[in-house]
Amino acid sequence: MKNIYLILISNLFLFPSAFSQNDSSLFKQIPIDTSSKMNLNVDAIYNRPFLNFGKSPVTLGGYFETNFQHISNNGITEGLQFQARRLTLFVASSIRNRIKFLCELEFEDGTKEISLEFAALDVEFNPLLNLRAGIILNPIGAFNQNHDGPKWEFIDRPISATQLLPATWSNAGFGLYGKKYSGKWAFSYELYLSNGFDDKIISNESNRTDLSASKKNTARFEESSNGEPLYTGKISIKNKKYAELGFSYMGGVYNKFEIDGLAIDKKRGVHVFAIDFNSTLPKLNTYLVGEWAWVFVDVPKTYTQQYGRQQQGGFLDIVQAIIKRKIFGFDNAVINIACRLEYVDWNVGNFNETGGNIAENIVSISPAISFRTSLQTVFRLNFKRSLQTDLFGNPPSLLGGFQFGLSSYF
Amino acid sequence: MSTKNTFIIILFLLSSSFACKQIEPSGPEEENILNGPIEELTSAERILHLKGDAAFAQSFNSETGLGPLFVATSCQSCHSSDGKGHPFTTLIRFGQWDSTGNHYIDKGAPQLQNRAIPGYLPEELPTGISYTKLIAPAVTGLGYIDAVSDADILNLADPNDANGDGISGVVNWISIPNYVIPRTDAIQNTNGKYIGRFGKKSAAYDLLMQTSLAYNQDMGIVSANEAIDTYTKLESEPEINLQTLFETVFYLRTLKVPPVRNADEKEVVEGKQLFMNAGCASCHKQELKTGNSSIEALSNKSFFPYTDMLLHDMGNGLDDGYTEGSAKTYEWRTPALWGLGLTPKSQGGNYFLMHDGRAKSIQEAILLHGGEATKSISNFSNLNDADRLKLLKFLENL
Ligand code: HEC
Ligand code: HEC
Repeated sequence: MKNIYLILISNLFLFPSAFSQNDSSLFKQIPIDTSSKMNLNVDAIYNRPFLNFGKSPVTLGGYFETNFQHISNNGITEGLQFQARRLTLFVASSIRNRIKFLCELEFEDGTKEISLEFAALDVEFNPLLNLRAGIILNPIGAFNQNHDGPKWEFIDRPISATQLLPATWSNAGFGLYGKKYSGKWAFSYELYLSNGFDDKIISNESNRTDLSASKKNTARFEESSNGEPLYTGKISIKNKKYAELGFSYMGGVYNKFEIDGLAIDKKRGVHVFAIDFNSTLPKLNTYLVGEWAWVFVDVPKTYTQQYGRQQQGGFLDIVQAIIKRKIFGFDNAVINIACRLEYVDWNVGNFNETGGNIAENIVSISPAISFRTSLQTVFRLNFKRSLQTDLFGNPPSLLGGFQFGLSSYF
Repeated sequence: MSTKNTFIIILFLLSSSFACKQIEPSGPEEENILNGPIEELTSAERILHLKGDAAFAQSFNSETGLGPLFVATSCQSCHSSDGKGHPFTTLIRFGQWDSTGNHYIDKGAPQLQNRAIPGYLPEELPTGISYTKLIAPAVTGLGYIDAVSDADILNLADPNDANGDGISGVVNWISIPNYVIPRTDAIQNTNGKYIGRFGKKSAAYDLLMQTSLAYNQDMGIVSANEAIDTYTKLESEPEINLQTLFETVFYLRTLKVPPVRNADEKEVVEGKQLFMNAGCASCHKQELKTGNSSIEALSNKSFFPYTDMLLHDMGNGLDDGYTEGSAKTYEWRTPALWGLGLTPKSQGGNYFLMHDGRAKSIQEAILLHGGEATKSISNFSNLNDADRLKLLKFLENL
């Protein structure tokens, strides 16, 4: 693990400094590809703006987000908070024709959390058959692979994406993917085997079934908690005129069922199904993007219903450009209004004791205004109102406030 | 873009940001929530209260010591928002039917740990045994209850019904564990037993005893005070330190008294009078007072819990065939009625009243009283509809 950091850091910092003396015309910006409407979510990992130096095969990129916010929860506020949420660096390199490498290193909340979110070698045998190996982003839903801040009109990541699925979720693994076009249609598939979840998903500080609790297990980049692979598969289909639709599955055995060859529990499964879609409505040009996921976890019956066996949730973003013209000297500036609707139920089911519904859910609405100087940089003003209900369905806590921030590729 | 437009945009963004601060949602009305500290605490006491609050809210998992056998994962999951609990966390006790003690200790008694972390099996109730179910009570205002002097409690007792009102409250004489330090004015009986005051049968001497047992019995968290693990039955390394235990106790001691609502409303005032007339207050005594306390805000204060802190014969219907200390199986401590109307806010919109939550409304709870309360309940039943509603309205506003 240490070695990877060393290599990375030398890549990240040696290259720019080596060139920093040079004429900046050596740097060539490769922008996001919007020319082809045939990009699918599977392409998100490579479809990012990169900086190219001269003839070097190595390209660099990244994004940064920062914001301030004033949010209160049940009438209690933490006051004005300034947050440097995320700095992500990408290094990509075309090692040879059809062999690529990309890695993504993320610093969250300053240097509080540093994670290597993606670092994989891609070998293309055929457009329909690519091999990917390394630290991969499991293609469950669309957000996990397509999570770059500047692509979204909202400062917070969707609750369902982070607290249900749990973005960003990456693992050491191997897999195949491919793409095919035909007329107005594009099709893609992805299939990975990787390390995955562990017992933490039903034994954690959040006191509820929480797939994201397994992110604390950083050993998953070098060993599986139980020797069983996590299977992730996704197919997407896109019609150029209408929409992209994705169906994904991720699942496997999560618990440590054996120690030193001795069985200590039966194998318990976690299964996640997700549907994602995005579409730009004709005429109105309204952009819609959303996903919905269902999580099923085999929780021992003799444990506690505090940890749910089933979860579900999702989000829908509605984005409408209202002004598209030169603003403040930025040529293709856009002002959008947008709204995100979210719902997550962390514990779908009824109490054994009363037959009553187990609540443990959240609904949230976030109206927003965004100003994009270009595709790469966005200023966002988000408002937020959410209602979170505890296990028993007691009066919900009401969260609300605003956030203002910016997010940009560099 | 013109300067004017720029100016408009900036103004818009700024004003919407600040307007938003104004329209941020406010919290629930103070009078509708149970939790929160006593107002008059010193700042040092507030800091300690906040630490205890965090400990009370802490949820345990297998890595932080939960179980292996347990009933719930945090104090809060049973005493939700410091209010009464939900049937989901109701606990079961068994194995003792008289003052000779518990005969099923080796079978997991007194408390059934009906849940287990993965890989372990929970305890099962021995067949044919009688048991009681207990739903978690509210923990608000307990500092006041804790600060009442033993002498005052004994003064309220009337074991032989000397006043002939049919009501004969008694105290529960209990043994105390070695980590409990008796109150300076503690009263002992001839057998050296002390007066219990917490728990539905008053089997816990003070909040430290109640809390130490709760960590151990309800969550499988071992401390220096209660060091025997409920699974291995062996003394184990503490999973929580004494400091945290004391902070939790301090939190409980300094929780405010539940707020009353609409106390001056005509129907509520009349309802209160009807409550007194029906003889409810013979047990649900309106006013008590505290003695001296190490917490200034609790010293020598009058408060209104609607309990006499005594055990009463409640009749066969409420006799579960299980007991603790010197209490009889049919005896229960009069529960405080303060905060009664806020119960649905911690029980998921419902009422689950009486010791096991069997009553689904206040009226149902009243009608379940038997034993010493029989006369008082028939007074209640004889009220006309309008008066009965007034009495209930009074209770809902407590
Ligand atoms: C499994 C549910 C559960 C958990 C967990 C739990 N309690 Fe309780 N609590 C109860 C029940 C039930 C009672 C009534 C017990 C009795 O009658 O002996 C009770 C009683 C109490 C009382 C006495 C209240 C009174 O009016 O006499 C206090 C104080 C208390 N608990 C504090 C705590 C603390 C502190 C914790 C965490 C360390 C905790 N409880 C954890 C269920 C729970
Ligand atoms: C003899 C003493 C006595 C009298 C008189 C009495 N109660 Fe009670 N009351 C109790 C006891 C003891 C309990 C708890 C019983 C249990 O938990 O099973 C209780 C429980 C209740 C409860 C449920 C509280 C809870 O938290 O679950 C209500 C409400 C109540 N009484 C109201 C009344 C009213 C109204 C009257 C008059 C009509 C009355 N009581 C008369 C002793 C009494």
